Amino acid sequence: MDEEIQVSLTVNGVAVSRRVEPRQSLVDFLRYGLELTGSHVGCEHGVCGACTVRVDGAIVRGCLMLAVQCDGCRIETIEGVAGTGEVFDLQEAFAQENALQCGFCTPGMLLTAQDLLARKPAASAQEIREALSGNYCRCTGYHAIVEAVRKTAEARRRA
Amino acid sequence: MSRIEKGRSLIGESVVRPQTARLLAGRGVFTDDVTLPRMLHVAFVRSPHAHARIVSIQPAEARTVAGVVAIVTGEEMARVCSGWVGTLAHFPGMKSAMQRPLAVGKASWQGEPVAAVVAESRAIAEDGVSRVRVEWEPLPVVTNPETALDPSTPVIHPELGDNLAFKLELTSGDAEAAFKSADVVLAETFTMGRHTGVTLEARAILADFDPSERRLTVYHSFQAPNMMQDILARHLGLPEQDVRVICKDVGGSFGIKVHIYPDEMATCALAVMLGRPVKFTADRLESFVSDIHAREHRVKAELAVKRDGTILGMRVDDLTGIGPYSVYPRTSAVEGNQTIRLTPGVYRFRDYAASLRVVFQNKTPMCQYRAVGHPIAFAVMEAMVDRAARGLGLDPVEVRRKNYVTAEMYPHTSQTGYFFERLSHEQALDKLLDISNYRELCAERDALRTRGVHRGLGLCAFLELTAPGPAFYGVGGARISSQDGCTIKLEPSGKLTCMTGVTEQGQGTDTMIAQVVASAVGVAMEDVRVLTGDTMVSPYGGGTWGSRGAGIGGEAALQTGKAIRANILKVAAAILQCEPEDLDIRLGKIVDALTGEVKLDLAELGRVAYFRPDTLPKDFQSELTVTRHYVPRHQGFAFTNGIQLSHVEVTVETGFVRLLKHWCVEDCGRVINPRLVDEQIRGAIVQGIGAALYEHLVYDEQGQLLTGTMMDYLVPMAAEMPEIVVGHVETPTAYSEGGFKGAGEAGTAGAPGAVLNAVNDALAPFGARVTSQPITPEVVLKALGAL
Repeated sequence: MDEEIQVSLTVNGVAVSRRVEPRQSLVDFLRYGLELTGSHVGCEHGVCGACTVRVDGAIVRGCLMLAVQCDGCRIETIEGVAGTGEVFDLQEAFAQENALQCGFCTPGMLLTAQDLLARKPAASAQEIREALSGNYCRCTGYHAIVEAVRKTAEARRRA
Repeated sequence: MSRIEKGRSLIGESVVRPQTARLLAGRGVFTDDVTLPRMLHVAFVRSPHAHARIVSIQPAEARTVAGVVAIVTGEEMARVCSGWVGTLAHFPGMKSAMQRPLAVGKASWQGEPVAAVVAESRAIAEDGVSRVRVEWEPLPVVTNPETALDPSTPVIHPELGDNLAFKLELTSGDAEAAFKSADVVLAETFTMGRHTGVTLEARAILADFDPSERRLTVYHSFQAPNMMQDILARHLGLPEQDVRVICKDVGGSFGIKVHIYPDEMATCALAVMLGRPVKFTADRLESFVSDIHAREHRVKAELAVKRDGTILGMRVDDLTGIGPYSVYPRTSAVEGNQTIRLTPGVYRFRDYAASLRVVFQNKTPMCQYRAVGHPIAFAVMEAMVDRAARGLGLDPVEVRRKNYVTAEMYPHTSQTGYFFERLSHEQALDKLLDISNYRELCAERDALRTRGVHRGLGLCAFLELTAPGPAFYGVGGARISSQDGCTIKLEPSGKLTCMTGVTEQGQGTDTMIAQVVASAVGVAMEDVRVLTGDTMVSPYGGGTWGSRGAGIGGEAALQTGKAIRANILKVAAAILQCEPEDLDIRLGKIVDALTGEVKLDLAELGRVAYFRPDTLPKDFQSELTVTRHYVPRHQGFAFTNGIQLSHVEVTVETGFVRLLKHWCVEDCGRVINPRLVDEQIRGAIVQGIGAALYEHLVYDEQGQLLTGTMMDYLVPMAAEMPEIVVGHVETPTAYSEGGFKGAGEAGTAGAPGAVLNAVNDALAPFGARVTSQPITPEVVLKALGAL
């Protein structure tokens, strides 16, 4: 197909250089190029949020960004934030509240929730619902997810 | 029994699911995450027409794409994989046409696969698909179930004679007499929209065929691995034991991943043809046109009532369109069958007449989805009850209470032959009224109405059919197991490994089974490791569907746990030179049954049994791997019941419905893990809410799906969903020792009816009511006469 293009970026703190097809999405690059399969593909048209990753600190949809756009960027995936312990308390709260069933939406939910709590540490239940409203979960009905995020926010404010 | 009672065991404890740790760390292994050496990817050429003859398929240009390995048509694949017909022998007169992995001769729905392109990557396979030239001759299209049986409508499969897949007439008592003696007769026509499961992980399968041993290993996002193993073996002509199906993490299922799909069968056939691993992962657009759809119904209902609210009789006519094929092997007749059988079952009236017609049409095939038939049945029944109450100026609570099958009537057989061991409608209703402060909400609603705020409260009583026995599929000839096995092995370390035939798609099956086993044996939960979903190692079983995990798999685990406990105690008695009856297992240690004094650690017992059996009596053999099976034999289904309440606000100017709060009280028998049950109920309610308000597969007259993306097809998202309160009544079944029934579908069974009734309660002051789902703003405004 089209000629491959060289990209150099940092993924979960590790420098990566690869030749990628211009048409390859960021999430496909992460999943198939780097075998970081924690980021999931749910709709490939930007609705479901399963492919949420962080690019230079901001959450993005990995299906709506091309890998070639990430040259020089700092990418963080669920494997990265789980590895550094950054979302340890959120993960714990999700487990306690059973805020995940099949777990397919969970990496995207965690990254989106972490982003919200960084911006709005005192987010209300409705603000949490709105912040998560771009992340589809078919299993839980969202109630437990909202509870997990709310309790994490509370605990962080007390800490 | 005492070992599993609440307070003395882990039964009834909200134990946290251990397996969530890997999912929370991004270390789950879903089917698309599995990569094998020399793996290829398949993409399908799908029909752009709802009904068209395939004049020719020209692959030449696609073959020139670098990286394309093979292009296969229906005729070529038919030589490797035999076709199938989705009928069951216990549905008399049912018919369907032969379906194949890739269409041969003609395509019968938009999205039907007609050719496969196999390539080094999915992207290259899609490049190839875009270069396969298919010459089509469009055929007349059948979309509307209402006219599907008209003589002027073309017959989709001429060999069947007409477009009727199945018809059924049910009568109980004398409905005609009931209607003659009624004070009031109410009639209504309900239109329920087609929707689908939208599992976040799309369907996925990876098939690996080794031609040297002729063995097929399949990684599959699926609910019933043994069923898939059987079908692959028979249709690909392989010995059953040479087909291994492995279900790793499954990203949601809900009945979507329990059917035979042409593209998945084709993927396995391609692996056999090419002798290489082939992966298929559906993208979202093809999911919408290829995952089974659900619930396209038109139901005409009539209710005969006395002035005091006593229901005398009911007539129901259900017409449902299932696409061009009845889906294999469960058939597409079960949904309609259950709809008309479930409809009257909450209530005691006996005079009931129902008819069902299941018709073919050129849309995506329709089949069983979470709470098969239930949401239609109870939306219809409960909407009729509310309409009767409103028309007669009676309290909807009291009308229900007056007509319930009551506590003293059990065991009870419903109008349509369902056996209810014991249900708890009155207790569930009382509890619901209590936890929701129903009467206060009614008063608030009335007060707000005077200020132009239109809130509504909607009740929906429901049944749930759980833990089906062999009469469900087996007697009809489908090789779908209603029994499940459980194997437990004591490891030398004193820990337990447990393998079960029921499977995990996020419900918490692993955790529930571990709780039962830990309680039955007498060890800590963390000492039990549960394995599911591998036909090579799991005992034979049906998998997880029909809310059967706890009722069947849980009982099998309980019996296996008791059996290995007895065997462990025999070994302990041999080591300690006493009688097994003098000993007990508590918290993973062998203790004196009377004093509780610790006698032996299970690790020490394991060491002796496996490595130093020379120290045991000469004639003693340790049996530390045990298998037991369980199938429900005393009743066709373990029925459960419950009631839901929806609280909504309708903006009459825009037609928007806002969900304020939702309550559910349900009775799934003895609860193993309350939190897991609550979360099953909540998730299922939201799936029901999706059907009630948002989700709709809209087709045009040419059979083209107009809502085939997640931009057009609305699913419930967090911002719109209400807080959901769940309460329980516990009526254990006496037919199994554990007393467990199912809980997976109760939420979906009742939510659409509750929302429908709540909206109609809000609209009551305007004399308006809605009778179709989804209840979009347009539907509300039309009901109000504003459109």
